[in-house]
Amino acid sequence: MEFNWDSLDTWTVVIGGLSAVAAALPGCFLVLRRMSMMGDAISHAILPGIAMGFLLTHTRITVVMFIGAACAGLLTAAFTQCISKYGKVDRGAAMGIVFTTLFAIGLILIRQSAQHVELDPGCVLYGSLEYSVIDMLQIGAIELPRAAVSIGSVMCINILVITFLHKELAISTFDPALATTLGISSVLMHYILMVVVAVTTVAAFEALGSIIVIAMLVVPPATALLLTRRLSNMLTFSAVIGMLSAFLGHLGAVAIPPAFGFQATVSSGMMAVAAGALFCCAWFFSPSQGLLVRLRKKGGRLPPLAGEGS
Amino acid sequence: MWEDKEQKGLVFPLILVILALLGGVAEAALPTVEGKADVWKLVTLQSYNSRLVILSTTLLGVTSGLVGVFLLLRKRSLMGDALSHATYPGIGLAFLVMTFVGGEGKWLPGLLLGASVTGVVGVSLVSAIRHTTFLKDDAAMGIILGVFFGAGVAIMKMVSNLPGADAAGLDSFVYGTAASLIFADFLLILVVTGVVCGAAILLLKEFTLVCFDESFAISQGWPALRLDLIMLALVTAVTVVGLQAVGLVLIIAFLIIPAAAARFWSHKLHVMLLLAASIGGASGWLGSGLSSLLVDLPTGAVIVLVAATIFIFSMLFGFEHGILPRAVRQTRLRRKVGRQHLLRAIYEILESRQPDTAEPVSNLPIDLVLLSHHRSWSPAELQRLLRTARGEDHLEDELPGRVRLSESGFGEAARVTRNHRLWELYLIRYADIAPSHVDRDADLVEHVLDADVVRQLELELQGRPVRMFVPPSPHLIDQPSG
Repeated sequence: MEFNWDSLDTWTVVIGGLSAVAAALPGCFLVLRRMSMMGDAISHAILPGIAMGFLLTHTRITVVMFIGAACAGLLTAAFTQCISKYGKVDRGAAMGIVFTTLFAIGLILIRQSAQHVELDPGCVLYGSLEYSVIDMLQIGAIELPRAAVSIGSVMCINILVITFLHKELAISTFDPALATTLGISSVLMHYILMVVVAVTTVAAFEALGSIIVIAMLVVPPATALLLTRRLSNMLTFSAVIGMLSAFLGHLGAVAIPPAFGFQATVSSGMMAVAAGALFCCAWFFSPSQGLLVRLRKKGGRLPPLAGEGS
Repeated sequence: MWEDKEQKGLVFPLILVILALLGGVAEAALPTVEGKADVWKLVTLQSYNSRLVILSTTLLGVTSGLVGVFLLLRKRSLMGDALSHATYPGIGLAFLVMTFVGGEGKWLPGLLLGASVTGVVGVSLVSAIRHTTFLKDDAAMGIILGVFFGAGVAIMKMVSNLPGADAAGLDSFVYGTAASLIFADFLLILVVTGVVCGAAILLLKEFTLVCFDESFAISQGWPALRLDLIMLALVTAVTVVGLQAVGLVLIIAFLIIPAAAARFWSHKLHVMLLLAASIGGASGWLGSGLSSLLVDLPTGAVIVLVAATIFIFSMLFGFEHGILPRAVRQTRLRRKVGRQHLLRAIYEILESRQPDTAEPVSNLPIDLVLLSHHRSWSPAELQRLLRTARGEDHLEDELPGRVRLSESGFGEAARVTRNHRLWELYLIRYADIAPSHVDRDADLVEHVLDADVVRQLELELQGRPVRMFVPPSPHLIDQPSG
């Protein structure tokens, strides 16, 4: 098996790594707040936002798309909240109702505007990496792929948001009642997270498809949670795991299929698979909570986790 | 108990109303080019082209509505989400295997079998992660969803680049292509939905038990885990056959929305099941009918929008948990409580003017200021209460700055006060509540005491009926003879 590593591969890994970090950081809070499925919900629900952006401007202006997606993300969160509060519907079910409905509206909008917009719903899921690594942007003397620039800036924004709101996010995640007494609005934090997730999804979807966001929002933070019980460590670990899965995923995409006689496959899918493989490693071999460690300590019987149900 | 009967009687008219309503919406939304005759033909299945599609989506809607209720009650609605995404790699893998074995790669039952296998693996992994780590349900589902779907995307790409195999159309499973259903597909859907519905009905009692009280079910020796697995197997079966018709994203809606909408109308399980099946069926029927009229619209999306419309309607108007009926009930209760507080306050003031307890209380006008001090009502609050009471003829016509009970109001005030005291006495005697606290505690329940309970209280409290003062009759009353 042999393949040549060139600048396209580098850019793919860079874009994938940036998306992974951008998604994994807010993802930590989603996992801790038991809202992991919100990532999936929002990545489906932004479809009408993107479609409306296209319909209004008839161009693929990125700013408009970001605004549309942020609005759709906010709407998803607000409708879910509304249905589960006033209708007394289980939050998971409320989320399912909202995102499938918004997704359906998005599909119809796209189909209606198919004449003048070249937007394929498939591209929302899979992305079009082949084009985005070629689509270069000249900044001063350096030439960068446009996708790397947009996802990179989103990642920086996410890092800034999480650094500045670290205390507020942490307190409102772990103890909403305390947050309220300290004058921190849990609701505001919730909506900020939703906007961050939506914007990250849009930034990533063009290049790598929304699948990478769905996977990277949950898998690296969950893996990190198996390795550490400290929030700051969890954030760092999940970012590292995200980058690692981007690299391993791309490697897997170009190396594994040829070994079986296929052509290389899409990297974004394999990045998700790589993240899954890393999760399995942590699941089995984590020094503190790994299955094997716990099995060996207790002589073959799996003890209940300390603090279970907390 | 009367509620029970009323609900049973209302379910069928309700289904009809929903159908009629949707029919109205559909008719209004239709483009003018299509005549009404066409619509009628379509809805009554006379048009051959759409007959298969409409029947298939209706069957899917009925079945997924049914199993969706169990998912909803177990708070596992999003399991359908994780499950449907986990089926995606199975389709690609099945295609690969079948192509290598040398068969037709796109043989539908084979593809669906592959989908079921990875779906079941995914669901089992969710349960394994949940039971062996700190991670909760949502994280476990998110991990499986992301990783399996990513694997699916990667495998599909490999498959589509495969030389010598025609994989075109495999990705239709994501969005669904109801229009391309053929008779064999319809038969498959018919058989699978039939089996699933049959199993759900046969196991209704067991499922109910597991849904409402899992630990009781286990303590009674029911195989709760196995029942759970059967339930998930049924969900998997519906999801997999639904993939082709409505796609893997929108089958999630079919599993969640009808069940959630039915919940607003009733809390009785069999009524909910019936309603969820009807709502699912109606959305499938009308949605696919509409989409075949509006040429360019994807069937799955239209079905979901129809279901969402029914959901919104149910959320607003459902008798049991709907927003408006609940608001009406709450307002009524609040008004009743307010009225009783007002009447009792007036009565207590009147009583305090009559230091001799042997004498009957007489109905005199009292100062509004006194009244508002009695329960520390704000002037606006008091005015509102008085207005309501006047509307019910409990107060006499407006006196400046004073208020006086009417004949009926005085009787009602005496009755309310008596009930309150009976309840207080009961609490002091039987519930060991200190006399200094009893007023507040009694307040919580007295407004919902009905006549039966009051009578029982009178008996309990040494059978001394507390009478309102009625002077003896000045004339002889004829006793009916016999």
